Amino acid sequence: MNFLYAAYAATWIIHIAYLASVVNRYGRLKKELNNLKGK
Amino acid sequence: MKKAFPILAILTAGLLSYALYEALVVAPTEQTMGDVQRIFYYHVPSAWTAFLLFTINFVASVIYLIRRSPRADAVAVVTAEVGVVFCTVVLVTGPLWARPVWGIWWTWDVRLTSTLVLWLIYVSYIMLRRFSTSGQTPVLAAALAVFGALDVPLVYFSIWYFRTQHPQPVIGGGGSIDPRMMHVLLINWLAFSCFAFLICWSRYRLERLRRDVEEMQSLESLLEPRSAR
Repeated sequence: MNFLYAAYAATWIIHIAYLASVVNRYGRLKKELNNLKGK
Repeated sequence: MKKAFPILAILTAGLLSYALYEALVVAPTEQTMGDVQRIFYYHVPSAWTAFLLFTINFVASVIYLIRRSPRADAVAVVTAEVGVVFCTVVLVTGPLWARPVWGIWWTWDVRLTSTLVLWLIYVSYIMLRRFSTSGQTPVLAAALAVFGALDVPLVYFSIWYFRTQHPQPVIGGGGSIDPRMMHVLLINWLAFSCFAFLICWSRYRLERLRRDVEEMQSLESLLEPRSAR
């Protein structure tokens, strides 16, 4: 049962970590674009 | 299109929750493996989704090589990256199933090794896209993707044509499955496919933004010497 929960938890940790990286990169690029437009 | 995203996200979250309930509660318990067999409902749909994404990456790469379409190139980048995420899930959940069932985490048989090679090919594709500064990077990456995609059928058919420790395929190829298990498997695949589509959508927006920033930076670098005078 522990292996089952570990597998399901690992799946969601991987997906959430990737989604967080996408959101983070998007925010950083949006800020950079606004800075470039402001120049 | 922007309004459709939150609606699709809510529907996908509902579908994923229902799929999780089906996998943990509704699906019958397998007689020999017990509850650990339920890892199958995350492992197999993740593998199918990864194969689908790598196939889209192959098609987009071929289109890019023929037409030099920036949109096809963006689709190729997105599907490779999201495909690697799903392939990572496969490579993590597989050993977590194998340890209690086989007694080992890993074995160098054809299915497992070719899946690891597939993951490495697409990780190298992402590295090439990220760190190469050559103007020919999209062409090189597309060529790598075309050759890398050859590993997809090798991974899929390896359990059909080679003697391997991995279980036989559940659709065709001599394997069989309880219809209730198949129902839960297909629901989970549908849920993960919708989830993958949403991630690709978000990642595609990121890719377009990245290209806009790059374009503005190159424009600015062209204008800078003039303003410095």
